[in-house]
Amino acid sequence: MGFGAPDRMTTSRLYVPPTLSLRFVPVWRRHFLVWRKLALPSLLGNLADPLIMLFGLGYGLGAVLGDMGGTSYFAFLAAGFVASSTMYAATFETLFSAFSRMHVQKTWEAIVNAPMTLDDVLAGEWAWAATKALAAGLSMLVVIAAFGFTTLPLALAAVPVVVLVGLAFGALGLAINALASGFDYFSYYLTLVLTPMMMLCGVFFPVEQLPGAIQAVSRVLPLYHGVEIVRPLLAGSFPPDLLAHLAALAAYAAAGFYLAVVLTRRRLLT
Amino acid sequence: MNVALETHALRKSYGAHEVVCGVDLKVAPGECFGLLGPNGAGKTTTLKLCLGLIDADSGSVRLLGHEVPARAREARAQVGVVPQFDNLDPDFTVAENLVVYGRYFGLRDRDIEAGIPQLLEFAGLAGRAAAKIQTLSGGMKRRLTLARALVNRPALLFMDEPTTGLDPQARHLIWERLRRLTQEGRTLLLTTHFMEEAERLCTRLAIMDRGRIIAQGSPRALISAHIESQVVEVHGPGFERWMERARDLAPRVERAGETVFCYAEGVEPVLAELRRQHELVYLHRPANLEDVFLKLTGRDLRD
Repeated sequence: MGFGAPDRMTTSRLYVPPTLSLRFVPVWRRHFLVWRKLALPSLLGNLADPLIMLFGLGYGLGAVLGDMGGTSYFAFLAAGFVASSTMYAATFETLFSAFSRMHVQKTWEAIVNAPMTLDDVLAGEWAWAATKALAAGLSMLVVIAAFGFTTLPLALAAVPVVVLVGLAFGALGLAINALASGFDYFSYYLTLVLTPMMMLCGVFFPVEQLPGAIQAVSRVLPLYHGVEIVRPLLAGSFPPDLLAHLAALAAYAAAGFYLAVVLTRRRLLT
Repeated sequence: MNVALETHALRKSYGAHEVVCGVDLKVAPGECFGLLGPNGAGKTTTLKLCLGLIDADSGSVRLLGHEVPARAREARAQVGVVPQFDNLDPDFTVAENLVVYGRYFGLRDRDIEAGIPQLLEFAGLAGRAAAKIQTLSGGMKRRLTLARALVNRPALLFMDEPTTGLDPQARHLIWERLRRLTQEGRTLLLTTHFMEEAERLCTRLAIMDRGRIIAQGSPRALISAHIESQVVEVHGPGFERWMERARDLAPRVERAGETVFCYAEGVEPVLAELRRQHELVYLHRPANLEDVFLKLTGRDLRD
């Protein structure tokens, strides 16, 4: 079946919404068992990069910049890095690791030979990406809290937000994975989408510093909404427009996952 | 249930290329059924259609009483699959591979673990439960993949080229195990392009070429229906001249490269003539499935 002219039967199966059930749990457990064998290096990898950046830029640049609207630059940057390290953790899991399971190790093929469907496999990957995102976001939060840059208990509310950010970027990553021809393909997404997003979404500096037209772009990007919720929570205040930001992230997660399901079915089932 | 697997007028195209063009199969319970064909004949695609892993363009599949793809999940719960290329989890031990796979069938850990010693014994991997996958030989991996396919105690096993890439010892061990499975009453459906394998294992087989089933029956019936019972292979200097003479001695004479094949019910005249030719090398043997296969699918390379 070519991509151009799928027949009627295939078309209908291609676009039906995924059936979500707890059948994804064995897939999640498989990934967890693999991760458990190399958890320490994995967690260190999640933490080392953002922490080096955070301490270097936070203290170094922070000394030059002084306070940012009442908070230290370190605290400002720390909140941004909670969101961005969550984004990267979910993304790397769904690009490189998921591609390896789908294409190289043929783990997905083994799973669907059992009474499992591609929907179950993708739901398992998605939940696992959110778990990895949670591990990354949570370890950032713990380190920041240890240095006294969070205000409890409101900062705890950032934990479910981190999961939602993970679901949004995990879903987008799975959609990209379905299109990838090889590992090299992912550098397009990383350098052309995620790196600019990191600059545009208020991780390093307030979005208000950008020209008006570019700010409008920032406001539709998922990372922006994550940062806008996490930063006030860590500073101990209730985020303005919380529902709108949550809705935007949920929309990215839901639409992204549907897109991932359709693209993956097209790649593997037709 | 008197039919384990039945397909009717199954069709599947990729773009303009029709890979499966109207396949009808009927496999009875307890049978070892072989699907034979050259590379690219559509064997693997047919298996995937039977399992509901890809969608057919038209036609129907009924697997262990379940309509596929509509109820493929229920069907696959009673089926084991040995894929063409091993896809064991390289990060896990032998036992972990079995436990993790069993969970996909909704089995409980302790039920899976209770069956592991028996599965490992079957796979000739007793005592290797904690071994890492990278330390296993190709034959061991193949046997573990077979054991993994049995984790849900399936009634029917799909095997896509189960012995490709194995050395003779490893291949014979797999054959032994497959015989044991048929003796236990399980249905086996395997694809292969080793005729010897099909002839030894299969009660019935279908020869597939360019997406179509071109012959079907027991190995013996296929041989007697399609080919003369005796073959003489001849090569050596002057074989071309000799070939002209052979045409009067055997009803069917074929040339493939530097070799002449004489097919006949009685080959005594051919052999008598050959005894006088000291230059030529010859081999007299009964006709086998490979002769049928080559007659039906031709001798051209399929890449």
